[in-house]
Amino acid sequence: MVRKYFFQLIFLYLFFSKEVFAAESGGMPQLDPEFWVSQIFWLTLVFGTLYIVLSKLILPKISANLELRKSQIQENIEAADKQRKDSELKLKEYDDIILKSKLESKNLFNETREKTLKNINIKRDTLEKQIDEEIKKAETEIDQLKKSAPEKINKIAIETSSEILKNLIGTEINNSSISAIVDDLYRKNGGKYYGN
Amino acid sequence: MAANPMTQFEVYRIGPEIKIGAFDISFTNASLFMVVSSLAILLIFNLGAKKNSMLPNKIQLLAELSYTFVSKMISDTAGSKAKPYFAFIFSLFMFVLFCNMFGMIPYTFTVTSHIIVTFVLAAFIFIGVTIIGFIKHGFGYLKLFVPSGVPVVLLPLIVIIEIISYLSRPISLSVRLFANMMAGHTMMKVFGGFVISLGIVGGWLPLTFSVALTGLEILVAFLQAYVFAILTCIYLNDALNLHH
Repeated sequence: MVRKYFFQLIFLYLFFSKEVFAAESGGMPQLDPEFWVSQIFWLTLVFGTLYIVLSKLILPKISANLELRKSQIQENIEAADKQRKDSELKLKEYDDIILKSKLESKNLFNETREKTLKNINIKRDTLEKQIDEEIKKAETEIDQLKKSAPEKINKIAIETSSEILKNLIGTEINNSSISAIVDDLYRKNGGKYYGN
Repeated sequence: MAANPMTQFEVYRIGPEIKIGAFDISFTNASLFMVVSSLAILLIFNLGAKKNSMLPNKIQLLAELSYTFVSKMISDTAGSKAKPYFAFIFSLFMFVLFCNMFGMIPYTFTVTSHIIVTFVLAAFIFIGVTIIGFIKHGFGYLKLFVPSGVPVVLLPLIVIIEIISYLSRPISLSVRLFANMMAGHTMMKVFGGFVISLGIVGGWLPLTFSVALTGLEILVAFLQAYVFAILTCIYLNDALNLHH
């Protein structure tokens, strides 16, 4: 559409311009056959030369350059691929080693813990036994003391009370009667003295 | 300053008149721009092909991109069989492109705006393609004019149309390029003339148009070179891979 418009403009311009009419006598120079042979000759010569130089000298070089670059890039890609595979393998190895060592350390830890636990148990058992023995010893001692204590207390009570009475009354009082009373009281309240 | 927009297409002799027999083969401005375009092509691509670095510099990149561009164009349209004709199509594309582009520089001559130049190129392509077709397929190449799957009644008509369309290929190919270049350059000249005649007051509008047209014409210069090359590929495809 735009082209059409422009063409119309051109024709209008050609039509109305006097100068154009003045110079227009030859029409289109393209249709003047004066230099046709010359143009054909030079075109053949120049284009032929261009074609020969391009096809024989320049294009093979460009093609070789492109080919070389392509193969180089391909090689590089292959090398990179190989290295990537290698590194992947190494990474896997590394992972395996890490996994193995982790397992080992876990085992070691477990073993040590069990051993330690066993040791602790044994030690605790022996300690408990010792403690039990000590406790038993102490208990027997306490029992003996418990058994012997009331007699001594009674004796002290009798002596003390006879002393007190002698001081209070001034006469000797028969020890047997006092001991009878103490015995009687002890039998009544004996349990209370030791709290059991 | 010629006001006639057609004077830019005039061919004139540079240097002495050279004659071979009755033929005048003098060196003209048209010849000059053919030589200049070719030298520019050779210079650029020679520099681009010279040293091979892994990371190409700008000119090498340009050369290699052009190479792959044309190579892809050929393999896309004509297949792998067209590989031997790569150098020809590459030269053709570059020659037309550089001639078009040199024509875009003010006060230069556009080689491709002359029907005789484009017609010689197109005729050479036409004859070459026809010869290739007959060499590859023998008289079987004539099957090109008989499309498959056409009713027998219509066949004579179709064959005539096909033959006419085949024979008009060199004309359409050459006229397309020539007319595009001539029309574009004439238009630019006309708008340039408007700028002068309308002066400082009204000249701005045609000047704007002129700037826009320059961009458009650069696009057309590339596009027409591309079309010329790709049509050559298509014709070559017909000759190499007979589809019909």
